[in-house]
Amino acid sequence: MISADKGKLALTGVLTGAAAVVLTLLGNPGNMGFCIACFLRDTAGALHLHTTATVEYVRPEIIGIILGAFAMSVMRRDFRPSGGSSPVLRFVIGFIVMIGALVFLGCPLRMVLRLGGGDLNALTGLLGFTAGIGAGCLFLSSGFTLGRAERQSALEGAAFPSLTIIVYVLFLAVPALFLFSESGPGSMHAPAAASLLAGLLVGIAAERTRLCMAGGIRDIFLIRDFTLITGFAAIFAASLAGNLLTGSFHLGFTGQPVSHPYHLWNFLGMFAVGLGSVMLGGCPLRQLILAAEGSSDSVFAVFGMIAGAAAAHNFQLASAADKGPTVGGKIALVAGIIILAAIASLQTYRGRK
Amino acid sequence: MIVLDTSGYSCPEPVIMTKKALRDNKEGLCVIVDNRAAKENVARYAAAVGYNVETEAEGNGWKLTISK
Repeated sequence: MISADKGKLALTGVLTGAAAVVLTLLGNPGNMGFCIACFLRDTAGALHLHTTATVEYVRPEIIGIILGAFAMSVMRRDFRPSGGSSPVLRFVIGFIVMIGALVFLGCPLRMVLRLGGGDLNALTGLLGFTAGIGAGCLFLSSGFTLGRAERQSALEGAAFPSLTIIVYVLFLAVPALFLFSESGPGSMHAPAAASLLAGLLVGIAAERTRLCMAGGIRDIFLIRDFTLITGFAAIFAASLAGNLLTGSFHLGFTGQPVSHPYHLWNFLGMFAVGLGSVMLGGCPLRQLILAAEGSSDSVFAVFGMIAGAAAAHNFQLASAADKGPTVGGKIALVAGIIILAAIASLQTYRGRK
Repeated sequence: MIVLDTSGYSCPEPVIMTKKALRDNKEGLCVIVDNRAAKENVARYAAAVGYNVETEAEGNGWKLTISK
């Protein structure tokens, strides 16, 4: 029997996968209807946090996801300002998750969308992601914790959504403040209103269902629960169907949009994302939703991801679509995985005491 | 019946704490949760491993009574 939760997650997944295909048709880069990592990176560029001219745009999808989830959480009494569960460690983990995502070229959500577009490099990424989640589950079941969060004031919880609104108002009113790509992926985008609407819908649905790309695989490993994986599967099915219908499905390892066929680095990039996501309690999309629901800890993770994106482009750590990973990117990723493992080990040791 | 307070912990930690506590308290226990995700995940896990779950609002969260 399909439970109500699974039904809602399946609907959310279909909505997300279909919206992604539509956004791509309307102008977003290939297999990039949504990508939390890429869109935070583009937003970081627009905010002058890095200066790579090809990846600068205030992505309205991100704004929509945050504001949709915020509005929904307030209406349905899920808005719970809290914080204090190792914020700096969460910043560091978010930073490393972003490095991993930009070596692979996409967050877990885009990995699923790439699979739906026939990009087999995403399959290598999925193997790494699953291995990273498996490693994270070993730590979790051995006692890993980032500690207990405390209740915070309503103002603390509302600060991040408010900041998002200010950025969006400035984007509409004084666009000259921001940088916008004239070529490259940053210049490719659906009309802002369509992007915002798609983001709002996904934010609302993901808040209600707790859609999470890492949570599905994690729950199977930890408690043999197949609820969250339903959303993951539905996004894949909807994007596959959408890409087949619109002629955008191309099976293979090479010639894929914003992708590279360096298998080891695709695997390791998503390994870091999987491990880091389990340590944070959710994938980059889920961190955005939790941040919108008032979690200061997830805001720190999101800020870590934004800082990681800026560093990835300022120091040439992000992979290039055709050339693959950079030397700096390889070093930073391996160092990042070691740091994740060290944090996980030390916090597991502390959690057992 | 022992009480397990998971307030302040984010998912999946409340579920893992419940899983471990059930190992030592096979007859059941009370779990305090302070967010909807934890409430639903703990209840779903307990039901999946064969327990009855009663949920009542308490303070800033919920009290789940898990019993055979």
